[in-house]
Amino acid sequence: MTELISELQRERVYRLAASGTRSDGRTPEEVRPLTIEKNYIKNAEGSARVKLGNTDVLVGVKVELGVPYPDTPDSGVLSTGAELIPMASPYFESGPPRPDAIEIARVVDRGIREAHTIDFKKLCITPKEKVWICFVDMHVLDYDGNLFDAASYGAMSALTCTKVPASKIGKEDYPLPIQHYPVSVTAAKIRDVIVIDPNRQEEQIADARLTIATDENGDIRAMQKGLRGSFSYEEISRVIGLALKASEVIRTKIKA
Amino acid sequence: MEDVEHIEKKMKLIDENGLRLDGRKPEDMRPIRMEVGVLKRADGSAYIEWGGNKVLAAVYGPREAHPRHLQDPTKALVQCRYNMAPFSVTERKRPGPDRRSVEISKVISEAFDSVVFSEQFPRASVDIFIEILQADAGTRCAGLTAASIALADAGIPMRDLVASCAVGKIDGVVCLDLRKEEDNYGDADMPVAMIPRTGEVLLLQMDGHLTLDEFDKAFGMVKDAIGGIYEMQKDALRKRYAVTAEEFSDLPEQAPPERRAPPEREAPPEMPPEDGEVPQ
Repeated sequence: MTELISELQRERVYRLAASGTRSDGRTPEEVRPLTIEKNYIKNAEGSARVKLGNTDVLVGVKVELGVPYPDTPDSGVLSTGAELIPMASPYFESGPPRPDAIEIARVVDRGIREAHTIDFKKLCITPKEKVWICFVDMHVLDYDGNLFDAASYGAMSALTCTKVPASKIGKEDYPLPIQHYPVSVTAAKIRDVIVIDPNRQEEQIADARLTIATDENGDIRAMQKGLRGSFSYEEISRVIGLALKASEVIRTKIKA
Repeated sequence: MEDVEHIEKKMKLIDENGLRLDGRKPEDMRPIRMEVGVLKRADGSAYIEWGGNKVLAAVYGPREAHPRHLQDPTKALVQCRYNMAPFSVTERKRPGPDRRSVEISKVISEAFDSVVFSEQFPRASVDIFIEILQADAGTRCAGLTAASIALADAGIPMRDLVASCAVGKIDGVVCLDLRKEEDNYGDADMPVAMIPRTGEVLLLQMDGHLTLDEFDKAFGMVKDAIGGIYEMQKDALRKRYAVTAEEFSDLPEQAPPERRAPPEREAPPEMPPEDGEVPQ
């Protein structure tokens, strides 16, 4: 079920975005206030509750013993899932993850994985037999737009405070080895206007979406275009520039 | 899996002469062959061989959308199902949709959604089925390219064909159209789909590591490649539908060029005479 928006509202949100002051008072290049609360869940090895404006996501990391993949016998495993639970929006339904949730989880996963965020070698206990598996579960509690970024900041924040429970196997617990801090920034294109960190109304009327994950060197690690609209090459380049600009402050907050 | 594996580099992918494993230069593509109208039952179909990839695409519709609550009273749904056959990859793939194919189906559906004139078919759906019979990296691009000409074969009105190709980076060199080993052990992969005439990007994904300069270079390369694929798509359609002057003169008068057997229709039932009217 999709949420409806009236034509008047649609026109208003677009005009505001085009005027340079968006419906929530931001400029097109401004990210909503981001707050991160780490170690929110005691029973998780790592966790973070992230609020991006009114979007609220809780991410828990469970680290468990498991068997490595045959093609990476000496590496730990990262497994990422997202749930759009019905409490977060009147339009989310219960049941198995639908394509929206799967896409969010996979895009977040790609940004983290491709930046070599985690040193997987340090999660190996016995090659081919026993490694640590990090299950990152992203729970959307309140949906007010831009779940791609909120979930990604939540996942990164939770991973940065994750402890590997090595005491379970008679060793000492140690922090999850984090080597890089990728930051994802999502832009929405509404007709001819591009805004970053779209709020819910902007997302509802967006024609196209583009998510860019960049690392601390300013290189691109992952991208994903979504929705039915299109981007020109110039627009893609502009979004990359905006993503790089916005990412620095966010990275500092995730590291803190 | 072609896009998420994190594998340490073990393999040299470019030799001292700058050639790739299969002797290609960085800007070379694998051989591509496509054919339109390969299935009898589907409204439109196409087959593509792209390097080691073998992909079939079929299109049904516009037809009534099911389940009905999904119908859109303002336009047709454009729904794609990308599916890998269990035997298409080295290790048997468990049949049915996994998370990867759900995501790929979604981004391909979205790519076609703005190209099809869906407003002409309210409450209907245009269903696109992509079957990967044999996979060798770049299956979503091959599938999208084939689906595009299958849509044309089905007579679905579209703004233009969509063409797709991937570009990537191996051993630090930006290269077009990665094959499996290059994708697994390479540094980056970026599938792109465009409307070739306008340069509108309808699908863009990337994983790996590209600097901004490398991205620019990669984009330029893939844009040129997509232009070439567009020509191949048009050739494949011409081959299916073009009629030469000789063929045309041999045709019986008025008969349209044979396409496929038209659906059998029953003769319209005779109208019963209305009351009081006597048939003459």
